[in-house]
Amino acid sequence: MKATIYISLKNGVLDPQGKAIENALGQLGFEGVDNVRQGKMIELDLADTDAADARNRLEAMCEKLLANTVIENFEIHLNDAE
Amino acid sequence: MRAAVIVFPGSNCDRDVAVCLEAAGAQVDMVWHGDTELPSCDLMVLPGGFSYGDYLRCGSMAANSPIMREVVARAGTGTAVLGICNGFQVLTECGLLPGVLMQNRNLNFVCRNTRLKVARTDTPFTHLYAEAEEIIIPVAHNEGNYFADDETLKRLQGENCIAFTYAAGDNPNGACLDIAGITDASGRVLGMMPHPERRAEAALGGEDGRRLFASAMERLA
Repeated sequence: MKATIYISLKNGVLDPQGKAIENALGQLGFEGVDNVRQGKMIELDLADTDAADARNRLEAMCEKLLANTVIENFEIHLNDAE
Repeated sequence: MRAAVIVFPGSNCDRDVAVCLEAAGAQVDMVWHGDTELPSCDLMVLPGGFSYGDYLRCGSMAANSPIMREVVARAGTGTAVLGICNGFQVLTECGLLPGVLMQNRNLNFVCRNTRLKVARTDTPFTHLYAEAEEIIIPVAHNEGNYFADDETLKRLQGENCIAFTYAAGDNPNGACLDIAGITDASGRVLGMMPHPERRAEAALGGEDGRRLFASAMERLA
């Protein structure tokens, strides 16, 4: 089972990289671009066959290692379940 | 005092901090991250560097390495812990200290002397400094921007857990409340971004960092 995890900064947490990207886009002439936020995407293959079990395990992985929940949100997508 | 310096792949201030501890009179054991047993010790030191290449998030892989289970357990029974720079990042990632060290606000790696204010002196690491004393200690980091939610910041202030702040106008990274270093409530766990081991003898331009190791030597021996 393939899974994709999106990790993004929580609202209200300053994102200096996002700001730099936004400024660079403006300098390249792309107008009307606002609120650029960047994050991470992690893909992985799981041996699980049960989607609920897989989701539980992925949540534990995010809490323990993949995301820092002080500043980051995570979103789990199970590709086989869609 | 017996001190254990934990060495992660990518640590690069481990030898420097060991030299400072030995100069203060401590007996130092270097402990590899993959070990599962810590020698008996009065102080555990997480040194600066780029553990695990800063993969995923600074300090996140190191926080989950085998030896850290033992470090966290020993800290729970009152053994003192000092985390410098990357070591501070590891302390927040493993939950011994709250908050997180984010990328510097200006996106630049900052490597320079900073003026610090000593904000807490009733700890084993800072009792030889005077309250509100200004000292000069260098920083060298890309992720030193201390962040925590308002509730946590209030608690840090209320419990007198802010050990060092950057002096007015000298915050190099955008850290909340100008925080350069924090402790747990007991004062026995200290995490700080500046590198006291890089300014601990006259040949390095100053000795302000030396008293931190001398403090530990007096209180933890």
